[in-house]
Amino acid sequence: MNLNVIFALTRRYLYLYTRNPVRMIELIFWPSVELLVMGFLTVFIQKSSGSDFGSFIRFLLGAVIFWDVLFRSQQAVAISFLEDVWTRNLLNIFVAPVRTYEYLFATFCVGLLRVGLTVFILTLLAWLVYAFNLFEFEWSLIPYFANLMIFGWSLGMISTALILRWGQAAEGLAWAVPYLLQPFSAVFYPVSILPTVFQFIAWLLPSTYVFEGMRAGLAEGSMNYTYFGLSVLANLVFMVISGLIFAQTMKAARQKGLLTRIATQ
Amino acid sequence: MSTLLTIEELTKDYGSTTAVDHLSLSVKKGEIVGLLGANGAGKTTLMQMILGLLTPTSGEIILFGESFHKHRVKHLKRMNFTSTYSNLPSNLTVEQNLKFFAQIYAVKDAKRKIDSLLQEFEIADHRKSITGNLSSGESTRLNLCKALLNDPELLLLDEPTASLDPDIADKVRTKVRQVADEKGITMLYTSHNMKDIETICDRLIFIHKGRIVTQGNPAKIVKQFERGSLEEVFIHLARDGEIVEETDNP
Ligand SMILES: Nc1ncnc2c1ncn2[C@@H]1O[C@H](COP(=O)(O)OP(=O)(O)OP(=O)(O)O)[C@@H](O)[C@H]1O
Ligand SMILES: [Mg+2]
Repeated sequence: MNLNVIFALTRRYLYLYTRNPVRMIELIFWPSVELLVMGFLTVFIQKSSGSDFGSFIRFLLGAVIFWDVLFRSQQAVAISFLEDVWTRNLLNIFVAPVRTYEYLFATFCVGLLRVGLTVFILTLLAWLVYAFNLFEFEWSLIPYFANLMIFGWSLGMISTALILRWGQAAEGLAWAVPYLLQPFSAVFYPVSILPTVFQFIAWLLPSTYVFEGMRAGLAEGSMNYTYFGLSVLANLVFMVISGLIFAQTMKAARQKGLLTRIATQ
Repeated sequence: MSTLLTIEELTKDYGSTTAVDHLSLSVKKGEIVGLLGANGAGKTTLMQMILGLLTPTSGEIILFGESFHKHRVKHLKRMNFTSTYSNLPSNLTVEQNLKFFAQIYAVKDAKRKIDSLLQEFEIADHRKSITGNLSSGESTRLNLCKALLNDPELLLLDEPTASLDPDIADKVRTKVRQVADEKGITMLYTSHNMKDIETICDRLIFIHKGRIVTQGNPAKIVKQFERGSLEEVFIHLARDGEIVEETDNP
């Protein structure tokens, strides 16, 4: 593994973000809007039902922030690849001495940085507007976030593979993949609400354990290690599967001439 | 002179289409070879197999005396490529782009190298310009700077002059030839511009339906086919490209 290559690639993606104001807005605008809408919705329900909804707003705000960790990390991987497609730079990268895993690793680094920025903004906003303190989770935040981010990387690899396989027409999938799993991940509600079949799918996803763990954590004030362990396990399985899918797609791309097709269409 | 690139029975099938058909050739160190052929003849496919963007269906590519397939990344360090259909990221500055590739290729003394290339290709004034704002002539020259950053031993250029006006095209091809001579770069060059091939190439290889139809020194080929110009030879071969005796294989 060549760290210089990874560093160069990562830095270049960051340049792309800072050079393109729309990218920056996307980083800040969407998560903030989502947080505000969810937050005010709960405040409204709380007021009109008159019941004690106190813990719900915490569950929901926590869920919005946690969900964004997964989503932004997946986005970073898929969008970094798309950036190279959009700017017709993909072939330059693939004829350079860059190994596939170095390329992926750089997109993971971008994911890490994107997640950092979004979490920072959302935490600040949730605290200012709703007096929600994310740091209630204390140190358990790090394993929670790490698990979500790593799952985001896996989903990012799968999205990239789909785009590579089906061309730019599949770009929409870059956004859709995480949302496809959102209903099963028990982001805003407990798994027990889901129909049995869905529950079965839910327990296959690392994200489910994190969201269940988050709610348990908020309710009990302590970290649930069983959920954490299962989440790590599911993550490992997903990393291996999506890595294999990606490698297989790259191989097929070299056989079918997909790299050139996507780079020049 | 020693052989830098040997291609043996290289074939690429896309389903029922055979883009490159049992093609063999060898290129000596420092030689500049032009690939000529009608649209769809297989020139780009051939180049992309040499670059590892495409996996051959069968056949072998030997580069620097070793199998390319087994040493892809190691070999890619010693080669480079540019084409009309690839670009450097449009929203970064010229300098940011070149610095990025210098780092990827582990170029020593990158700053000096970038300076001298920008000077050489007369785009030093655009160092801080946004790449997307360059004219196509400037951006072609920038692409060439990128392609020369790592002092490649093997340089593959796929229609580098395609979008240029005759004046700029002339400047670019003269420059490319000059740099290649100075540094002893081995080059594979495709173009639909006969002038390019005549000015730049020591040898031209005419490809038709994935196979070599004829090859040799451009001027000699014109004589051999008893035509007035390379363009006439091209039209003749592209229309009924039967395999011709390879008389002038240097
Ligand atoms: N990814 C692909 N899938 C299927 N067929 C392909 C693919 N890429 C190229 N081909 C086919 O392979 C043949 C050779 O194409 P190639 O691009 O190598 O030609 P070329 O000589 O570079 O032509 P041009 O002068 O137009 O650039 C063509 O028939 C083309 O349609
Ligand atoms: Mg071509």
